Amino acid sequence: MSLVRVEDLSVRYGARTVLSHVSLCVEPGEIVTIVGPNGSGKTSLLRAIIGAVKPFRGQVTRGNGVKVGYVPQKLHIDETLPITVSRFLKLPGGVAAADIQQALTQAGVPDLSGAQLSQLSGGQFQRVLLARALIGKPDLLLLDEATQGLDQRGSASFYQQIESVRQDTGCAVLMISHELHVVMSASDRVICLNGHVCCEGTPAVVASAPEYRALFGTGTGGALALYRHEHDHGHDHGDHTHDHTEAAE
Amino acid sequence: MLDDFMVRAALAGIGVAIAAAPLGCFVVWRRMAYFGDATAHAAILGVALSLAFSMSIFIGTMAVALLMALTVSVLSGRGYAMDTLLGVLAHSALAFGLVAVSFISGVRIDLMAYLFGDILAVSRGDLAVIWGGAALVVALVGWRWSALLTSTLNEDLAHASGIDPKREQLVLTLALAITVAVAIKVVGVLLIAAMLIIPAAAARPLSRTPEGMAIAAGVIGTLSAVTGLRAAYVFDTPAGPSIVCVAALIFLASSMIKSFKPAR
Repeated sequence: MSLVRVEDLSVRYGARTVLSHVSLCVEPGEIVTIVGPNGSGKTSLLRAIIGAVKPFRGQVTRGNGVKVGYVPQKLHIDETLPITVSRFLKLPGGVAAADIQQALTQAGVPDLSGAQLSQLSGGQFQRVLLARALIGKPDLLLLDEATQGLDQRGSASFYQQIESVRQDTGCAVLMISHELHVVMSASDRVICLNGHVCCEGTPAVVASAPEYRALFGTGTGGALALYRHEHDHGHDHGDHTHDHTEAAE
Repeated sequence: MLDDFMVRAALAGIGVAIAAAPLGCFVVWRRMAYFGDATAHAAILGVALSLAFSMSIFIGTMAVALLMALTVSVLSGRGYAMDTLLGVLAHSALAFGLVAVSFISGVRIDLMAYLFGDILAVSRGDLAVIWGGAALVVALVGWRWSALLTSTLNEDLAHASGIDPKREQLVLTLALAITVAVAIKVVGVLLIAAMLIIPAAAARPLSRTPEGMAIAAGVIGTLSAVTGLRAAYVFDTPAGPSIVCVAALIFLASSMIKSFKPAR
């Protein structure tokens, strides 16, 4: 049984369609990564899965009793709000101190429970957010560009942490990442998103897909690569306008 | 004891300080200072309407304040920057209120009393309304405390925990309207926002937890009310502004403590 199943999901903000006809599912224990250019609807997809945006069409279904832990893209803690890490992890209530300590240890920051949230470094903060997501002992971990603002070493060690969390707890991971080298080495499955699902499969399959190359280049001069969209890869174009070619040229 | 006007004034001031403390913290954390201002300024329109239809000032101001707060919530994020929107709404509400008051014939009202408060004229009935309103605000904010705090930290985290941030925003809006209606007699519409923000801001350097900050804000607000009233009596100064002056001095002192201490 899939942990979460997204079927024919479309999301609109006002008149602007950010996602159209997206379908995907996540199976227990796998690491699935969503890649895609800015504005391709990656964050909207995760927000739809946690229920923060209402689908315009289609639906999101969670498996029975599936618990989801969510690590947001970035979280600005206002300097005016005094709060310790342990108090933050207790919100919105009913978490035992032992569970907090265990989650902090799993996230690799066992000594931070008494620290003020606004005093943490970027790497520490992301780990505290990870700890928060782990507290409910989730079956599925959702990460939205969790390593944004971290240097290469910081993000590499963050992803190692994720991997070890998966090994310890067996939870599945659905994450958004911009770091393609990480994605390609750490994921079981990659979904390439650009308003719709362009292509998906194992990292090797996606890396050689023309749609992926069109979006991210083939390695050399990738940034300049024009998006020559191939219309024969069999996803449903439905009623949304296809404007990649236009935008790229 | 309640026969003494100074005692009644002090109790009224303390009531407002207690209601304003936890709410003021959220106003500071969520950067809603101008939002509080706009809601308070709209209350003068409520005063005019209450007098015109001869209904309770408390009900009239609360209704208009609530309407104002809801209007701002609905209009926000529709093409205008928040501070522009609030600037337009706050000052137009104040201006329309002042004009509306001038239309009311036959009733001579002391406008100054509503703009700057008239704490020394607080009656037993007013006291009951103030403490009733304060209790309601504290109960409301206390009841939703964890959910409010979570959605203040991050709306998506709130969603992930099964909390609807929009509903929590509504709770705050309601509490704000009640506080405005309650505080109008004590500090007046122009200084209500000061009672929300200054004690909370003064409490910040002294606190390590959100709850601690709310309690410290309550203590500072109470201290300001009592000391301000005493100062107004001794120096024969207007009571509402004197209370705010004391709060401002406490804020100054607490900021200086902060700069002498290592950050925490």
